[in-house]
Amino acid sequence: MSSKPANHAYLFVAPFLLCFALLFLLPLGYAAYLSLFKDQLVGGTVFVGLDNYGRALQDGRLLGGVGRVALFFLVQVPIMLLVALAVALAVDSGLLRLARLVRLGTFLPYAVPSVVATLMCGYLYGPDFGPLAQLGDRLGFDPPDLLGDGWLLVSLGNIVTWEFAGYNMIILYSALRTVPAERYEAAAIDGAGPWRVAWHIKIPALRPALLLALIFSVIGSFQLFAEPNLLQRLAPTVIDSAYTPNLYAYHLAFTSQQVNYAAAVSFLLGLVILVVSYVVLFLTSRRR
Amino acid sequence: MRSRRSTTLTIGMLALLVYFLFPLFWLVVASTKSTADLFSTFGLWFAGDFSLIGNIRATFTHNGGEYARWMANTLVYAVISAAGATSLATLAGYGFAHYAFRGRGPLLGLILGTVMVPTTALAIPTYLVFSEAGLVNTPWAVILPSLVSPFGLFLMWIYARDAVPGDLLEAARIDGAGELAIFFRVVLRSLVPGSVTVLLFTLVATWNNYFLPLIMLNDPRYYPITVGLSSWSAQAVGGTGANAELLAAVVTGSLLSIVPLIAAFLLLQRYWQSGLSTGAVKE
Repeated sequence: MSSKPANHAYLFVAPFLLCFALLFLLPLGYAAYLSLFKDQLVGGTVFVGLDNYGRALQDGRLLGGVGRVALFFLVQVPIMLLVALAVALAVDSGLLRLARLVRLGTFLPYAVPSVVATLMCGYLYGPDFGPLAQLGDRLGFDPPDLLGDGWLLVSLGNIVTWEFAGYNMIILYSALRTVPAERYEAAAIDGAGPWRVAWHIKIPALRPALLLALIFSVIGSFQLFAEPNLLQRLAPTVIDSAYTPNLYAYHLAFTSQQVNYAAAVSFLLGLVILVVSYVVLFLTSRRR
Repeated sequence: MRSRRSTTLTIGMLALLVYFLFPLFWLVVASTKSTADLFSTFGLWFAGDFSLIGNIRATFTHNGGEYARWMANTLVYAVISAAGATSLATLAGYGFAHYAFRGRGPLLGLILGTVMVPTTALAIPTYLVFSEAGLVNTPWAVILPSLVSPFGLFLMWIYARDAVPGDLLEAARIDGAGELAIFFRVVLRSLVPGSVTVLLFTLVATWNNYFLPLIMLNDPRYYPITVGLSSWSAQAVGGTGANAELLAAVVTGSLLSIVPLIAAFLLLQRYWQSGLSTGAVKE
């Protein structure tokens, strides 16, 4: 009797597993295989073992890109998550007027594709008809060059914060909704005000949700592509083909036709993201 | 306690709200302007001439009406991918949650371990396989990779574990119902909220996808709206020369492209607000 349902299990899981094997494991395996070869002008494709990986680890352009997205992660993500946390706590506190409007409005940018968000912000930052440049023109001050070398990473961070703060806010807010009411009742009996409730009950209850948001942000930062790819046209001298690791992998595979090396770079990038994610998990779970 | 409202907090939050709505406000204003007015009038307020209708016409007629085609492509890709990914994740999530079968633990571990594999790190490997298989530059190149959502499976696994009581399944089995009948008649109904959440998020992911279609497709006939708008904006940089008028079409096309998703989110509020927490609360 107990073995009969088990046989049916495959009916449910097989379609997913089949697609997973063909569209997830197979590409990874094939790319791993390709990354062990090198396409040479003389002699064609030859097996080179881990040479591509050795080359990548000494590739200044790749390392520069990884350093840049790491810096981006360390600065942009805390700001974004703090904004998300503040809005989530405010909306949940019951102290806010128009809470529904704030919640919806903050989340709205998530429905905007990163391509559209970047085009929009590119025009807003730009010297041609960006409002800041126009204001500077009219009031006679020199607006900062938001697409220049000094500001570009900040401008990029602003786009990503705008796009994803609301998404993270919803993760945190919906986690807050599941905190059992008894905990608040107990706090109210103790005479705790809303700030103390937020600090002692809500934020501790948000730990798993914050962790999830943090892990998603690791992935998002390290694979940054659409935003720098589109801003490249507006700031060609600042954003080169290796500005982020993903931009570099794209350039290697499709512009300079180094497919084998691009496969190795993709792999290393995936590995970096896994390692950083696990470091984040390790650091946050140890503190408990 | 619920009746005390804080004005300071409200003002602070409204300031943040202005930050989030400001670019969208600019986009609405800008899409009512001709390319010339974009340059000559202040960006944050309307120009004397109201060009929105003309801009919409220009957007839809430019280059043989390719914008409408891109919108249709996006809709098709997003709906098929999201429906497929949701079905696969719902079935498998239930299977993993309620059946003990050989290899369940390791398989689940393997799939959940790949939740952190970034989609773009997978995109180039997928391109390499698809170019061997002759699938590059076809709609399948965009749809197939979007069918597998490890995160969707993760959400559905947790959801099925909590929302479907094991007693209910036992009772149905004692009544002699087959496993498939149990799933479709008894289980599916209680999985719907979780499934709609997965549907919404895979829908957004495919609608907004840029990297995958960019590398997979060469033929503008197959472009989704993201790649199409990006190619237009590349031609319209600076707003001068032969393509000067295109700039207004890029701006208006951007606005039109976000309307369907915003409408979907407003209509399905109930789902993304409750379902999103499933993954975050547990564990």
